[in-house]
Amino acid sequence: MRRWLAVYAALAFAFLHLPLAILALFSFNRSRFTVWEGFSLRWYQAAWRDPQLAEAAGNSIAIALAATVIATLAGTACAYGLWKRGSRLLTAGLYLSLVTPEIVTGISLLALFQWTFRWLDWRLGMHTVILAHVAFSLAYVVIVVSARLRTISPTLEEAAMDLGATEWQAFVHATLPALAPGILAAALLVLTLSFDDYVITSMVAGVDSETLPMVIYALARRGSSPVINAVSAIMVVFFGSLILLSERLAARGAR
Amino acid sequence: MESILVLRNLVKDYAGHRVLNDVSLQIARGGFFSLVGPSGCGKTTTLRLIAGFEQPTAGEVLLNGCCVNHRRPYDRNVSTVFQSYALFPHLTVRGNVEFGLKRRRKPDVLARARKALELVRLSGKENRYPAELSGGERQRVALARSLVLEPDVLLLDEPLAALDPGLRKQMRLELKAMQREVGITFLLVTHDQDEALSMSDRMAVMNNGHIEQVGTPEETYLSPRTPFVANFLGSVNWMDGIGVRPENTRVSYEPRDGCSRRAMVTSCVFLGNCVHVVARLETGEEAVAEIARGNGTFRPGDTVHIWWNPADELSFS
Amino acid sequence: MSRLRPWFLAPAWAWWAVLFAAPLLIVAAYSLLTRGAYGGLSRPWTFENYVRVADPLYLAILGRSIVMALAATALCVLLGFPLALFISRSGRRKNLYLQLVLLPFWTSFLVRLYAWLFLLRDTGLVNTFLRSAGLIREPLPLLYNNGAVLLGLVYGYLPFLVLPVYATLERMDPALVEAAADLGAGPWASLFRVVLPLAAPGIGAGAALVFIPCLGAYLTPDLLGGGRTVMIGNLVQNQFTTARDWPFGSAVSVALMAIVIALLALLWRKAKNPL
Repeated sequence: MRRWLAVYAALAFAFLHLPLAILALFSFNRSRFTVWEGFSLRWYQAAWRDPQLAEAAGNSIAIALAATVIATLAGTACAYGLWKRGSRLLTAGLYLSLVTPEIVTGISLLALFQWTFRWLDWRLGMHTVILAHVAFSLAYVVIVVSARLRTISPTLEEAAMDLGATEWQAFVHATLPALAPGILAAALLVLTLSFDDYVITSMVAGVDSETLPMVIYALARRGSSPVINAVSAIMVVFFGSLILLSERLAARGAR
Repeated sequence: MESILVLRNLVKDYAGHRVLNDVSLQIARGGFFSLVGPSGCGKTTTLRLIAGFEQPTAGEVLLNGCCVNHRRPYDRNVSTVFQSYALFPHLTVRGNVEFGLKRRRKPDVLARARKALELVRLSGKENRYPAELSGGERQRVALARSLVLEPDVLLLDEPLAALDPGLRKQMRLELKAMQREVGITFLLVTHDQDEALSMSDRMAVMNNGHIEQVGTPEETYLSPRTPFVANFLGSVNWMDGIGVRPENTRVSYEPRDGCSRRAMVTSCVFLGNCVHVVARLETGEEAVAEIARGNGTFRPGDTVHIWWNPADELSFS
Repeated sequence: MSRLRPWFLAPAWAWWAVLFAAPLLIVAAYSLLTRGAYGGLSRPWTFENYVRVADPLYLAILGRSIVMALAATALCVLLGFPLALFISRSGRRKNLYLQLVLLPFWTSFLVRLYAWLFLLRDTGLVNTFLRSAGLIREPLPLLYNNGAVLLGLVYGYLPFLVLPVYATLERMDPALVEAAADLGAGPWASLFRVVLPLAAPGIGAGAALVFIPCLGAYLTPDLLGGGRTVMIGNLVQNQFTTARDWPFGSAVSVALMAIVIALLALLWRKAKNPL
């Protein structure tokens, strides 16, 4: 049976990886058609020079960084609070936010923003996108950081306080050193989730806050531009490395 | 001698369940005090109330005459050696020992740390990490870490439980010697009666959230005030309401006047340093007589007489 | 545990209240309003939208979504279980294979969907290859149908099943399979009689993790189904953008959330009494 399983696994891995590999391969195709006509970097150059792509990429990066900082800080505090004093209700709420379909999250946040615009002089824009990204990624941070916290003994903070540290010092000196890799892993996770999000972003973005996924979506809808292949290849490589790094950090020191 | 630590009518409730019920204790300065009792009797809870990790439902904890009920752990001059040692894994031995000194901004951090490590005989291992040390060495780091702060009372939560049996016996002597050398009051919590008896100047036996007896080891062992204390600190032969310890119980083929009962030998157990003769009395109760090797062989089925000196009978007020 | 100041969890509660609960409550409120003349919201308050949800047209969409999600889940179980089994028996390379399964999943969902567009569209790689090989004359309509959406769903959510099943298999005592062999069971028999029953909780968890997102899927049917395969997710999005009928879209969203919550409650109860 072992042999059958191995053969099957090879096919399954091919199924999972070939589409992306082919996409990446054809990003180096000189022709814009799906016939191989030689190696070329022209699409990468086109992507580099495209102003719309550049602006979208810049927006995506800015949003991702802002959302990461906010969500990681808030999520870590939440995970820490749950670690010390659990709250079944809050935990249930977090899980509920995780399973809520993205489209529902998107439209409900849109409804919230439109409703508040009656009082605040705001519009849809970068800030609404950032808020939306924090909203959906917080639960992920809590999960990753909580998993890490479960490997840390709570007695360490008691020992620190016993030796003269205040609550905050106890956290910084006893828990944080072991927790840091988990926080970093969570931050990288938010970065990826935020950068990649399309559904929620498309609902709450304004005219000035077009993100890279939105551009890719528009291009994909319209037709097959090999520029997307190039951008896709870059994103795959970039995020693949980011996620590998995140997992390496999350696993590090979990003795 | 004045008391450095006084517990006055401490009560602690946990989720509707009364864990400590009117616990009062006075612990003298400079001695080795033990709190001993079975699992769940409340001894660890008492320790945590003293350290400040829990607040009493009622009653007071007085340190040096001041009530410290509402002081946070870092504001109390007591230090705890945890059962798991709770060493900071990311700090070296020196880092661990210096931790409290740095938090409290004490001067001469290096010198004090060095002296503390000499006291526990760990000089030379300052730059190791806890993961690289043996269990016994980790315990000594925990001791040094707490002792370096010169607390009023050092609280030890089952410090020998995690050690190998051979190491345990050795550490008993070392801890006792250490206490005498530094002069700090030690309060040890344990479920092992041998530990308490061998190390303490005075001890308290706890059961079900209250204190059954306080006294020196000799007092509590030889004159237990309740059947629980008698049973907990050693074995007791209960014969028709009278309690006699096995080492005071004699057995012979000839009948004796006075305190004596007929019995039939059920087994004769060789324990290496002594022999336990187990016999069943006519009441159905079993008695164990501890005799030296070579003081006669008793075979199962033999009819014998169990006798004792009436002065050795345990009586409870 | 030591004390924690009561306000410590307040920001988390604030997040939950403002950015999760309040939006959903607003949507629920909107579901009871009526579409305004120019696409906004207006009185009267009415249950009309929910009545409309029960219209056969929309029930068909709901039905299709459930069927698609079930089909995708079933395929994921069929395709994912052997993969999880393989990884759990791979000794030292377990983690490597696990990474290989997870890696594509984390690199941009949109890009992965686009990869299938690139392969399957009329001018895509598959058709071009088949035509140039002379096997077909006209391009095959591989895209913009239920099959393509199903493919996309399975491709997207397969790792969601592999992970929990793998976790369950990993925790299984290897001595059980040895005991089965010792008692005379061949590899296939021990697979069906020992491994599969013990892996059932993991399969159940994985199936739930696949079914629920598939039910509410939007991007996959949108890109791979064209306008033709409409699932609930597309319906909701459509009502909030093109059709500008927020009350009706809200009602559909509430219905979807109700199903999701009901399923979760079922799973919660199952997890507490595993029988």
